[in-house]
Amino acid sequence: MRFSEAWLRDWIDPPIATAALAEQLTMAGLEVEAIDAVAPAFSGVVVGDVVSVAAHPDAAKLHLCQVAVGDGAPLPIVCGAANVAAGMKVALARVGAVLPGDVKIKKAKLRGVESHGMICSATELGLAESSSGILPLPDNATVGADVRAVLGLDDQAIELNLTPDRSDCLSIAGVAREVAVINGLTLTPPPIYAAVSPEHDRSWAVKLHAPAACPRYACRLIENLNPDAVTPLWLRERLRRSGLRAISPLVDVTNYVLLELGQPLHAFDAAKLAGAIQVRFARADEPLTLLNEQTVTLRPDTLVIADDSGAIALAGIMGGLTTAVTATTTSVLLESAFFAPAAIAGRARSYGLHTDASHRFERGVDAQLQMTALERATALLLSIAGGAPGPVVEVHSPTDLPVPPTITLRQQRIGQVLGVTLDAVTVVDILTRLGLTLTASVEIPPAPLLQRGEIGGGEFSWQVTVPSFRPDLQREVDVIAELGRIYGYNRIPVQRGRSATVTRATPEAAFDLNVARARLVTRGYHEVITYSFVNPTAQRALFPDQPVLALSNPISAELAEMRTSLWPGLMQAAQQNLTRQQGRVRIFETGLRFRLDSAGELQQEAMLAGLVTGSVLPEQWGVTAQAVDFYDAKSDVEAVLALTGAGWAADVDWQVADHAALHPGQSAQILRNGQLVGWLGMVHPRLAAQLELPPALYLFELALAALGDGRKPHFAPLSKYPSVRRDLAIVVDAGVAYADIVTSIRAAAGDWLRQLVIFDRYSGESIESTRKSLALGLILQSFSKTLADEESDALIARVLERLAHDVGAQVRG
Amino acid sequence: MTTPAADLVPDLTELNDKIATDVATAQTLMQLDEVRVRYLGKNGQLTALLKSLGQLPADQRPAAGAAINQAKVTAQQLIDMRRAVLEEIALVARLNSEQVDVTLPGRGHTAGGLHPITRTLQRIEKLFVNAGFTIAEGPEVEDDYHNFAALNIPESHPARAMHDTFYFPDGRLLRTHTSPVQIRVMETQAPPLRIIAPGRVYRCDSDLTHTPMFHQVEGFLVDEQATFADLKGVLYDFLSQFFEQDDLQLRFRPSYFPFTEPSAEVDVQCVKCGGAGCRICKQTGWLEVLGCGMIYPEVFRSVGIDSERYLGYAFGMGVERLAMLRYGVDDLRLFFENDLRFLAQFA
Repeated sequence: MRFSEAWLRDWIDPPIATAALAEQLTMAGLEVEAIDAVAPAFSGVVVGDVVSVAAHPDAAKLHLCQVAVGDGAPLPIVCGAANVAAGMKVALARVGAVLPGDVKIKKAKLRGVESHGMICSATELGLAESSSGILPLPDNATVGADVRAVLGLDDQAIELNLTPDRSDCLSIAGVAREVAVINGLTLTPPPIYAAVSPEHDRSWAVKLHAPAACPRYACRLIENLNPDAVTPLWLRERLRRSGLRAISPLVDVTNYVLLELGQPLHAFDAAKLAGAIQVRFARADEPLTLLNEQTVTLRPDTLVIADDSGAIALAGIMGGLTTAVTATTTSVLLESAFFAPAAIAGRARSYGLHTDASHRFERGVDAQLQMTALERATALLLSIAGGAPGPVVEVHSPTDLPVPPTITLRQQRIGQVLGVTLDAVTVVDILTRLGLTLTASVEIPPAPLLQRGEIGGGEFSWQVTVPSFRPDLQREVDVIAELGRIYGYNRIPVQRGRSATVTRATPEAAFDLNVARARLVTRGYHEVITYSFVNPTAQRALFPDQPVLALSNPISAELAEMRTSLWPGLMQAAQQNLTRQQGRVRIFETGLRFRLDSAGELQQEAMLAGLVTGSVLPEQWGVTAQAVDFYDAKSDVEAVLALTGAGWAADVDWQVADHAALHPGQSAQILRNGQLVGWLGMVHPRLAAQLELPPALYLFELALAALGDGRKPHFAPLSKYPSVRRDLAIVVDAGVAYADIVTSIRAAAGDWLRQLVIFDRYSGESIESTRKSLALGLILQSFSKTLADEESDALIARVLERLAHDVGAQVRG
Repeated sequence: MTTPAADLVPDLTELNDKIATDVATAQTLMQLDEVRVRYLGKNGQLTALLKSLGQLPADQRPAAGAAINQAKVTAQQLIDMRRAVLEEIALVARLNSEQVDVTLPGRGHTAGGLHPITRTLQRIEKLFVNAGFTIAEGPEVEDDYHNFAALNIPESHPARAMHDTFYFPDGRLLRTHTSPVQIRVMETQAPPLRIIAPGRVYRCDSDLTHTPMFHQVEGFLVDEQATFADLKGVLYDFLSQFFEQDDLQLRFRPSYFPFTEPSAEVDVQCVKCGGAGCRICKQTGWLEVLGCGMIYPEVFRSVGIDSERYLGYAFGMGVERLAMLRYGVDDLRLFFENDLRFLAQFA
């Protein structure tokens, strides 16, 4: 809602400046978004009276004018405008004037003739984007007066950002009402509501076929309009300052009344109407060409105005082209209707439209405003274009018109909601000012007894009736909110700590994602946040068989489907950083992935995923740069898994498995207690080449749900006997898994094995090419005695025997 | 005149001088040890003298022995003193040779960092957890009911148009706010409730000041006692702690949300200019940071909570906005470009 401050002040003029008024509006919930001067700065422009116009001796298109300015003799002015004429009042920039854009007016010679100033167009004064010819001023303008004063240009356009509930403020009348309430003033509307007597008795037949959607339809036939009439400057200016363009008196008047009162109107060219007006829902696929020349195919949920030819307007949204008024229209049917919000809401948008009318109807127009607006528009139109009005036709369905609710308001409840006690006098005062009517359930004592602090503990209740212009007030709490708003939110006290304490159990062994994040950060990872929707092509390359959830209305083709893994986002982030010369990338992300399971059900699973490439350590002195490998990445994953508690490793299995995105020889699925937790692996070389990623790039992803139920620490007694370390060097086939060796050793070593470490792994020279050598350290300790050398030797012998049997291990010679 | 006895008792003066000189001129512990061996060792000169005592007449032996022993003690003392000196010198030399350049950087991993949004979220969560709130989460692919209808935003409500919702073919949608978590919690838990719900939200909008995904934190409380004044208390505490400004000025502007009444938007005094007016606050001196209000009875009805017995308040804030204000980030889109040079600034 954009309006002229001066127009508002015609309605209500509180003794405060613009800035204070704007602050008031904002703090009352009518947020002022912008305050703009209605005209740029200029000076030295006065009302001139064109005394005479003569042809310029040397230029066909120039006129030599004598312009009276009140003081002294008329000034000689050269003017090129075609519309300059003797007797016209014009805006004359005198010598010394400064026009917008810092244009200084000097005495000048134009083709040899001296000009003592310039007659201005609306564009030159910054009042229009373009204009043809000079700006004619009203005939009654005082010659010599400052044009800024004559046109009231020291005015502001105030832009309100209104919330959808405040449809009552989508008009000058509504904002004025609000300003009056805030300032405790009485609003006296300008005398614009008088009924216009009909000058003929031709009415128009109206049939309401959808009374619930259109409970009231009023119209009036106005004939013999002057098609050459021009909208007066004051009205054009008010439209302009409200952000609307003047078009023709008929259109301008409907727009003016819309802005003034908030009632959208429509003017049909009566000569183009065929038969009765019918308000009905559209037939399926009924076509309608709108005023903006867009042709829509209607749906049956759309309310239309129709005549015998079919639909002629989208009710409450936009008129049709065939019945639109034009420059030659002399007879109009002026429509002023009430359309139910539910019948209009969403419809304009569904046809790609948004109009001033639909904006108001879908939020709710005052259901009692139609007759007033129709009379106002008639009177205004007659004053501009003459014409003979017919009688007002009003067809309505009383049972379908909204009935303003009567609400029970309890004083006690006000305190329970707002946290401040409002005395009865204050309650009655605020609500009455807002136009609500109250009936107290018990007689309220005289005001002096009700001053704040004496009474007000909640003894009273009222029956409150809401005015028709506030359809947003439906419940007691809506009325309480109004009390809070006008009383002032900022006067409500700040209260602390009154509600019950709520504590919820947090299991000690629950997986703490923030700790996991911290662990990765310590290991040099940066956390990233990528979009949850990804590029379908990139996703397909990683997960060719995974069913996906695609958006109906993606923001772009690159962000069209929900991620089924965090990897596509991580890979894109890595790619972008690699192109920015960041060779070492260690990133992780947490968030949901969206997968359709085998039953087609969507699973939204919280994941922790990472990507690592580049050197293990950042470049530094004294350390040879080493590219990250599977085991470096595995150590990071293990650091996260370790958060499931002491002894976690016993719960976890690393299994060779194939994944389309991963190198088949360097990928593992991770299971915890038999449940799939996630994956770790090197990006598949084919994929790396395709995405221009470095081959040594590792990805991991863990499902957080599978990391729940962690182990709480459990104390194990410490042995007081010394431990013994025995190292083994064995050779096994290259394909033997370390996990199998461990199983074998543990089985053979029994209770004395405290710890098992692998401290070397070797293949190459001096080892058969199909074999590998492992160096293992066994730390042995008993809880009951110091182990004798022979006991340790025997244990090692058992271990070696078992290893030879289980995995074909030989002692390395 | 010399007596035979006097002849036989060795004159140690010269030897003592020699020992003193040798000890004093020993430059290393090894040289010093050679000196010790030379005089006091098994075959040392003083040791040899002692061994030769037997060749002296018995009456002269005590005097000669005493003199030799005195010489030994003196020699040992000299050697010990010299050793201490040499050890000190050796330590100093070693310390000098082991000096490191303490200004060289340390080795190993350098820490990465949390995303600034996570950092901000963790901070918000911590402040509310301290105030007794519990964290709840909800799905991001939501149904119409939880995202809109249950929050009193029926089909074709004008508020829906403002939400620019992403839809799926089956009618589900990406949540446009974290408010559906309110519904999900109230459906399953009984009051009193004190919850915050952080998370990703989505709107079909992308330009300089909008990204199609961003983060919100929803908070709400349901209890037999809960007023707008209590809501103000919680938000004053939170915002002044968040911005670490005890006297932070707030203003509550009436606003509209379909799921709260009364509703307010909360502005903080511009944290950049202190209210004087600057580019950040568009010269207004105020920054809008969150929306809030008292939970609307219709919302309680949809989850079966008695709105006569219980009252509640709710608030919601945009995390990116708070992070931008807190860290001076001037471009929203940086949060989702994941440029390591940007991220490293929050390590």
